[in-house]
Amino acid sequence: MEQLQKALDQLDQAAAAVRLAVQDLANAPAGAEAAGNAAHALSGGAIDPFVFRFAIFVLAIFVGYYVVWSVTPALHTPLMAVTNAISSVIVVGALLAVGIAASGLASGFGFVALVLVSVNIFGGFLVTQRMLAMYKKKEK
Amino acid sequence: MTVDLASFLYLVSGILFILALRGLSHPTTSRQGNLYGMIGMGIALCTTLALALPSAGRFSLIVLGLAIGGGVGAYVARRIAMTSMPQLVAAFHSLVGFAAVMVAAAAIYAPESFGIGTAGDIHAQALVEMSLGVAIGAITFTGSVIAFLKLDGRMSGKPIMIGGRHLINIALGVALVVLIVLLVATESKLVFWLIVIASLVLGVLLIIPIGGADMPVVVSMLNSYSGWAAAALGFTLGNLALIITGALVGSSGAILSYIMCKGMNRSFISVILGGFGGETAAVVNDGIERTVKQGSADDAAYLMMNAQKVIIVPGYGMAVAQAQHALREMADKLKANGVEVKYAIHPVAGRMPGHMNVLLAEANVPYDEVFELEDINSEFAQADVAYVIGANDVTNPSARDDKASPIYGMPILDVDKARTCLFVKRSLGSGYAGIDNTLFYKDGTMMLLGDAKKMTEEIVKAFDH
Repeated sequence: MEQLQKALDQLDQAAAAVRLAVQDLANAPAGAEAAGNAAHALSGGAIDPFVFRFAIFVLAIFVGYYVVWSVTPALHTPLMAVTNAISSVIVVGALLAVGIAASGLASGFGFVALVLVSVNIFGGFLVTQRMLAMYKKKEK
Repeated sequence: MTVDLASFLYLVSGILFILALRGLSHPTTSRQGNLYGMIGMGIALCTTLALALPSAGRFSLIVLGLAIGGGVGAYVARRIAMTSMPQLVAAFHSLVGFAAVMVAAAAIYAPESFGIGTAGDIHAQALVEMSLGVAIGAITFTGSVIAFLKLDGRMSGKPIMIGGRHLINIALGVALVVLIVLLVATESKLVFWLIVIASLVLGVLLIIPIGGADMPVVVSMLNSYSGWAAAALGFTLGNLALIITGALVGSSGAILSYIMCKGMNRSFISVILGGFGGETAAVVNDGIERTVKQGSADDAAYLMMNAQKVIIVPGYGMAVAQAQHALREMADKLKANGVEVKYAIHPVAGRMPGHMNVLLAEANVPYDEVFELEDINSEFAQADVAYVIGANDVTNPSARDDKASPIYGMPILDVDKARTCLFVKRSLGSGYAGIDNTLFYKDGTMMLLGDAKKMTEEIVKAFDH
């Protein structure tokens, strides 16, 4: 008797499963639409901007790798000076702090950063220029 | 200005920076490259100002800051001696590092202005990026200050070893990770400053055990760090120019470190762990009385005037003695007499990558007479004279022949293959690596004991006798 009951229960479950499957089939077009929505969101910018920034970062590392290997060893010192100068583009953060920060303390930190980094911007590019001007070819 | 337009302009300035580095592939294109870099920086500055639209008062504050810093920078760039270039670059790195710390501090005190949330509710992601930026920036700052002091001779170039320093460094590293997690969880400003302090200490501890001869690696490494710090803050600010530049600078410094390590045949790890470049290495003394042949300026002048081909090998000693101008004069006289003159540069000669090339360029040596190790090493066998001035370990034949030598495997300039090797040196002491140079005792070697500059000047005078 017990076994029969068990079998009936299983049959019930199986029937329920079939019903669900049929329902899913009926709803299929709606499911496809949901997937489409997701794809749309994918291209529409629902991805965290971090991912894009990270992609740019990784690609820039590759660009840097190939560009730096092509630098002639004779110019390695100017290379260091100029990379130093361009890394002072961190000045954009300092400008924001001095320009619009609501907190006086933040503006103060920004001002210190601005002064230091300006030394670097002007000093870095000018010293590179001075060095590069010295590299001359043999006078024929 | 819309944010989209601003992002586009930041991208343009990032691309101009790439072109600036690309220009350095050849001296003729390099000056234009540097110009691209300046334009890129100008675009980034103007874009930020147009985007932020500061009030008149704040705008004048910005102009003031730029004027103070710019004035100092321009003055230094104009007056600095070329021999002091390694110190200058180290000092510049420290400024970028400190500026990174300051920008991150400003961001945590006024998150609204940077679009990373509101006070008390800064995005966790921004906090992680910021703390990475601030930690790397602070390490770059103190590390570069120590490198500057060592390069400038204000601090001994000998490695300073603190007992258990590896343990202290590891403990500090772990503490940093814990503090960063705490900062993300609590956004406490105290924790932020603790991160700064721990990183500052770590920067000092990482660089003091590294000896003077390893400074080329250290300077390149700090160059790389300053790039990564900038990139991390670029993520916080969502600024493309900063992210691209950070990546460029980071990989550039890393590649230079790699080239320097290869030039010394040492692993990056062993350099970083430090302890090399002191006078701890024992000088091998096998008890055999070895004779050294000494010569005078007249002997050297005679040998070189009668040579067909002379190869000059400059090293750090030339920079110290400021002998590059006298050297050029000597080469000019030789060339006027029909002698072929070339210069050979070892990758790690001097205290930073390319140091010797800049000094020779300063003395008006044409860059097409200056050759890298791989390009010229085979020519020593055909040279009549190799004139070694201020270089030592990079010419030591035991790096090639003696498996027991601590510098075995390091690529060297084969000056011993020249018919005669003239070796200018102040005394018969060993080099930075503390290793005896077997070159001194070879038959074809003539030692010219004296100051590099004075000796070269005397040789120039002797030409006229």
